[in-house]
Amino acid sequence: MLTEPIIIESGRSARRYWSDLWQYRELFYCLAWRDILVRYKQTVLGIAWSVLRPLATMVVFTLIFGRLAKMSSGQSPYAIMVFAGLLPWQFFSNAFSDASNSLLNSASLLTKVYFPRVIVPATSVLVSLIDFIISFLLLLFMMVFFRFTPDWKIIFVPFLLIWVFAFTLGCGLLISALTVKYRDFRHVVPFLIQFGLYISPVGFSSAVIPEKWKLLYFTNPMAGIVDSFRYAILNEPLFWPGVGFSFAVSIVMLLLGFKYFRMVESSFADQI
Amino acid sequence: MSNEIIKVEALAKKYLLQHQQKESYQTFRDSLMQGIRSGLKRTRKMFQNNLSSSSQEEFWALRDIEFSLSPGDRLGIIGRNGAGKSTLLKILSRIVEPTVGRITLRGRVASLLEVGTGFHPELTGRENIFLNGAILGMTRAEIKRKFDEIVAFSETEKFLDTPVKRYSSGMYVRLAFAVAAHLEPEILVVDEVLAVGDSQFQKKCLSKMESISGEGRTILFVSHNMEAVRKLCTKALVLSGGKQMALTSSVESSIDMYLSAGSEPNTAGTWKNSKELDNNSLIHVNSLMIGDSCGNPITSVVRNNDDIWIYVDFYLNSYDPALQVGYGIYGQDDSLLYWTCHTDMPELSWPKAVTGRNVFRSKIPGRLLNEGRYRVDLLVALYNREWIFQPGIGVATISCEILGGLCDSPYWSVRRPGHLAPVLSWENF
Repeated sequence: MLTEPIIIESGRSARRYWSDLWQYRELFYCLAWRDILVRYKQTVLGIAWSVLRPLATMVVFTLIFGRLAKMSSGQSPYAIMVFAGLLPWQFFSNAFSDASNSLLNSASLLTKVYFPRVIVPATSVLVSLIDFIISFLLLLFMMVFFRFTPDWKIIFVPFLLIWVFAFTLGCGLLISALTVKYRDFRHVVPFLIQFGLYISPVGFSSAVIPEKWKLLYFTNPMAGIVDSFRYAILNEPLFWPGVGFSFAVSIVMLLLGFKYFRMVESSFADQI
Repeated sequence: MSNEIIKVEALAKKYLLQHQQKESYQTFRDSLMQGIRSGLKRTRKMFQNNLSSSSQEEFWALRDIEFSLSPGDRLGIIGRNGAGKSTLLKILSRIVEPTVGRITLRGRVASLLEVGTGFHPELTGRENIFLNGAILGMTRAEIKRKFDEIVAFSETEKFLDTPVKRYSSGMYVRLAFAVAAHLEPEILVVDEVLAVGDSQFQKKCLSKMESISGEGRTILFVSHNMEAVRKLCTKALVLSGGKQMALTSSVESSIDMYLSAGSEPNTAGTWKNSKELDNNSLIHVNSLMIGDSCGNPITSVVRNNDDIWIYVDFYLNSYDPALQVGYGIYGQDDSLLYWTCHTDMPELSWPKAVTGRNVFRSKIPGRLLNEGRYRVDLLVALYNREWIFQPGIGVATISCEILGGLCDSPYWSVRRPGHLAPVLSWENF
């Protein structure tokens, strides 16, 4: 035989993990492609849903926080301020909720074929990128509409996207693996997302947070991520210690999620 | 030996059966509470020098499995339900981890534990071919190359752009198997996929598998279809209760072992007249029995190529020329195959009925009935006068199961439809 032998032993999947992952990259594309294809089958509005959802949220936030509560948005229009925050938030919330259920939804796959299980939640996160890109195009349209010129820092957006991707993947891996064993997390996730929306500066600017609470506020990595997006798109001032803190928490989350996932991965088929 | 493609050493798989009454799965609270409780218990036990407490029960789905295969071997894995066959395949295809032991595989493994794994109902046939292929481990280029072949095999050209949820179940299965059949792994693991589809499709699958193995690939094949195992496999592994009963290169003897040893004694093959059901002054039937040629009752599954005998043991108070003793035989769906009685032949060759005890027997020749379960009802009557035992109403009844030994023809590998499967001769005219 040309190939190196595969050895199956208890607790011994680790060695070939990365080469396996590389070998199964095509499956990764295929599953992502499937999810995208299936997403809007048998819907009337189709892809328009990806436009309508962020747009509607933006309108509601602008009316409530901007018009009724009369909160400040700095020099930029309130709608654009909200939308710049919605961009990473919607990505996170969509990807996170999809990923958390992803393993359960593909139970039939997990019990019938072998492949690195990481692919399943990772696919959910990847597919949410489509919505992100659509929303980003929408933002560009809005900028034209409001005659708003973005700062040159907008070129940082791809790097920030990698950040939010990594953080979301970490959360998704952790929760999806936990959901396999404890179905409680199916109920926890919608609550977490709702809760997260209130404590993250999505509908308002983080400038309203009192100075002494700021560092604590940034333990929520989404606060750092949302603010960084606003920094890149709207050139809003950035609270650097907070962002650094958020970044560190995100990295820990990614490592933790991945580590836990790897630890319990081999027992998925027995438990699902 | 270095040319072993699969080597399994001391393999075992343990499951923990959790004793919970209400929830079918563990909630987070449960496991927290259990953690606290078992922690407390453990500390308590520690003082009592006893650490083995658990609310869980161990269950060994597999134990001490040991075998190795060379390239080109075709291993049939047989055993009753729950013998551990599927667990073994799942471990081999890396879906679940073994608890103990080790497997060395030298080659790409493709497992076919279910037809149509990962098919998405909303996607079209074309899309599903690519998706399913990727799931089974084919590359996109590979699928593209074989696409036409797959479509031709599945006979679904016309519906390629229809979502598979609109497919008939037959089309669905054909498409799914077509993808799987075009895998080119060194090791192919197949679980009972032939159980689906009509017999024509089963035949097609089987011949495809034969041609795959002809190319020197190693196949592991689980089936309840003994004919398929016999035709396809070069070795057979018998599992029983998670243990390895035998691994032989004589498939025939393994099958025999499975058919006879595995089954519990079948008392349905004998009926004894315990309730004096025949209230007449003429005849008393003692028993009705299925036996071999020596008169021993048959307690196991019967092979189709064996002759079986129906024995009727009765006592005559006085001789009556109108007496008819026989039986009616029924298929599983209660349909009558035929009636027969001892007076069917010319009068001179009837068995003699005498006053006192009589035992009549009649042979059912091998390879007349098909595989399956049959019911035999006692028939006793006085010709044109009255029924003493009427068949078909389930009074005096026995049953037997026929499995294996269908035919020696290379083209007759699976159970044919029909109650009978006689092997009839053909000749030139």
